[in-house]
Amino acid sequence: MAKPGLDGHDRGVKVVARAYRDAGFEVIYTGVHQTPDQIVSAAIQEDVDAVGLSCLSGAHLYLFTEVVKLLREKGAGNIKVLVGGIIPEEDVPKLKDAGITDVFLPGTPLGTIIERTEREVGRSA
Amino acid sequence: MKLADKVLEGDIRAAAKLMRAIEDESTSAIDELCAIYPHTGKAYIVGLTGAPGVGKSTLINNLINVFRTKGIKIGVVAVDPTSPFTGGAILGDRVRMQQHGLDEDVFIRSMATRGWMGGLAKATLGMLHVMDAMGKDIIMVETVGVGQSEVEIAKVADTSILVLSPASGDEMQMIKAGIMEIADIFVVNKADRGGAENIAGAIEFMLSMKTYLPGDWRPCTILCEAVYGKGSEQLVTEILKHKDYMTSCGLLERRRKERARLEVNEAIEGSIASFMHQSLENGGEIEKLVDEVAQRSCDPTSAALKIIEQFSKRFHTTQE
Repeated sequence: MAKPGLDGHDRGVKVVARAYRDAGFEVIYTGVHQTPDQIVSAAIQEDVDAVGLSCLSGAHLYLFTEVVKLLREKGAGNIKVLVGGIIPEEDVPKLKDAGITDVFLPGTPLGTIIERTEREVGRSA
Repeated sequence: MKLADKVLEGDIRAAAKLMRAIEDESTSAIDELCAIYPHTGKAYIVGLTGAPGVGKSTLINNLINVFRTKGIKIGVVAVDPTSPFTGGAILGDRVRMQQHGLDEDVFIRSMATRGWMGGLAKATLGMLHVMDAMGKDIIMVETVGVGQSEVEIAKVADTSILVLSPASGDEMQMIKAGIMEIADIFVVNKADRGGAENIAGAIEFMLSMKTYLPGDWRPCTILCEAVYGKGSEQLVTEILKHKDYMTSCGLLERRRKERARLEVNEAIEGSIASFMHQSLENGGEIEKLVDEVAQRSCDPTSAALKIIEQFSKRFHTTQE
């Protein structure tokens, strides 16, 4: 899980990371102020099933799609990208068209996030 | 086998996939490891251990900086704990090292303990072999945050570093057995917080109780302020000094033989245990004995002996 761009609000991503932990996932958290390159490099070195991105700054369209693009360029297009944050509903189709697997809008219950993630990557151990 | 060939060429994605196969104990990993193993044994292993929050990850980040200026290729294996309740984990060591994310000659891998005790994970040595085969010169292993008795790192690393903070206690803590005995180098991090000299003095007090003959390695204590990058150069110098010492006096070879012994023993125990559980669990024999032990009609040791007896009978029939 990572926060791309110049957004330092990491409470949300930490809450979600903790929820994944409690659901039995191994979560690698890479922190705030990450570039898409850094996130993709970490995802490849860790051979993850999915990347979770959080963005509250409004730059999500560019940053999230850049991560998908770089993953594909590096031959890691099979890694799913799940995103959340302050994202307007009208952006959801644009993100999905760009290859984002799922979008969690503000107010999505943690249980729903876990459920929809497990649907994509299989149940955790 | 095709992952192994790519790993030997330094392919990052292949290495990451092989590491995962090893960690998940998939059967394909056995052949792949067999193929890369002859190409390992070149990397030097540096272990960092210490209590949670003393600054191990930040120190490693600084050490990578210094090693990279010398052109040394780096691997890092960072272990964090698995939840005993859910099996989940938050692996957060990487947060401190992300500045090296784009350096192709730095490979960082996070691991969860997955129930393994001793400060490392079961598959840690496997990860080291993959990074070694990739051509990393120095591999740093960060243990989980430990207490007084998690000393497995000393068997895995060629140089072991114990990281303390000014709040790590007094002379009484320093002379206790366990983790204080395994360090080749002591680091007192967060030295700017005050009281670091007291800790360093207490370590020296402990070290002065042992007689070091000429040619023996006497551990030293280095004060660091990892968030400000202070002390890292000196720490690298000391690591390389210890590396020279280990190589020149033949200790490195001896330590590596011990590591091989540890690995073979663990593999034997692991294989026998899983083979035994597989062959007996299906028949429900183990569960039946567990019930008997719970009802106090059989004691645990006798139950274990019965299981082993059944297993060896079954083993002999499969051999014939």
